[in-house]
Amino acid sequence: MKKLIRNYLCLSIVIAIFIVLLFIFPQNKESIIENSVNYFFEMALILPAVMILMGLFNVWISEKTVANYLGKQSGLKGSLISVFLGALPTGPLYVAFPLASSMIKKGASLSNIVIFLSAWACLKIPQELVELQFLGWKFMVLRWTLTVILVVIMGAVIEKLVSKNSFVG
Amino acid sequence: MDISITVIVINLFVLLSLAISLFKSKEKTILSLKNALKSLAGIMPYVIIIVLGIGLMQGFLSREIISGFLGEGSGFSGVFLAGLLGAILYIPAIVSFPLTASLIENGASIMVAAAFITTLTMVGLVTLPLEIKELGKKFAILRNLFSFIIALIIAIIIGVFLG
Repeated sequence: MKKLIRNYLCLSIVIAIFIVLLFIFPQNKESIIENSVNYFFEMALILPAVMILMGLFNVWISEKTVANYLGKQSGLKGSLISVFLGALPTGPLYVAFPLASSMIKKGASLSNIVIFLSAWACLKIPQELVELQFLGWKFMVLRWTLTVILVVIMGAVIEKLVSKNSFVG
Repeated sequence: MDISITVIVINLFVLLSLAISLFKSKEKTILSLKNALKSLAGIMPYVIIIVLGIGLMQGFLSREIISGFLGEGSGFSGVFLAGLLGAILYIPAIVSFPLTASLIENGASIMVAAAFITTLTMVGLVTLPLEIKELGKKFAILRNLFSFIIALIIAIIIGVFLG
């Protein structure tokens, strides 16, 4: 709640600055307002849908479910499951860190955790709907494919470099 | 304003998901919608700030300036700059996509856009202290460092294919 109030306070300040700038530079006024309004409507067309999808994920797929499946499989299958699990639930990355930490202690491999965190950060399904809308499917598919391949490699490398013993205890 | 096929597909898909959820459990569906409303209230300030920022950017920064720093001609330094910005800034991914689209519209290259989005989501200097606390110094620093390098590789390949 506190954070929400702070964000809306922030918003009021930005709106105030915006209005002042429009008064100081009236020659740019029309194009600025037109651009902002256009982008707002483009967001408004999909934002409720994206939020509902997030809500559904939050309720139907709990963090417990994810924790149960993460780290049971190894190898390529484990990697792909980690991508899938990371893309499912919602919430910012800082929610995923404690979850990842407890998963390592319960036996998940470091490479799976790296893949899970990366998928959580940049392959989230609800937010991908926004990417589809604004950047198109070609960009999205290419970025997904490259990210999955490179993140699997990164997971293997980090697993070699970091000792898992440092996590136990 | 035109309603694209993408918009229709997205909304139909979510409507269908909602119908399936309602069919399985009424309580859970209502809870989902409540959650959705809460998230919407949470993300709204970010959406409006980004939208106003996009308007101001297009009004005050000329195409020449944006494409000079982030366009085709900016080469590797443009990709690196965008990657660095993405690593430092803390912007929710949802609003980063329209921001990136507006950058492209105003002269930034696809390569630069890919670098920006990837570091923005995967590298987090703001969240690094928390990551270190939860997962250890070595793991956190390596993950962020490798993610930055990965972002540059992804950017270059996307640039080659779509640029």
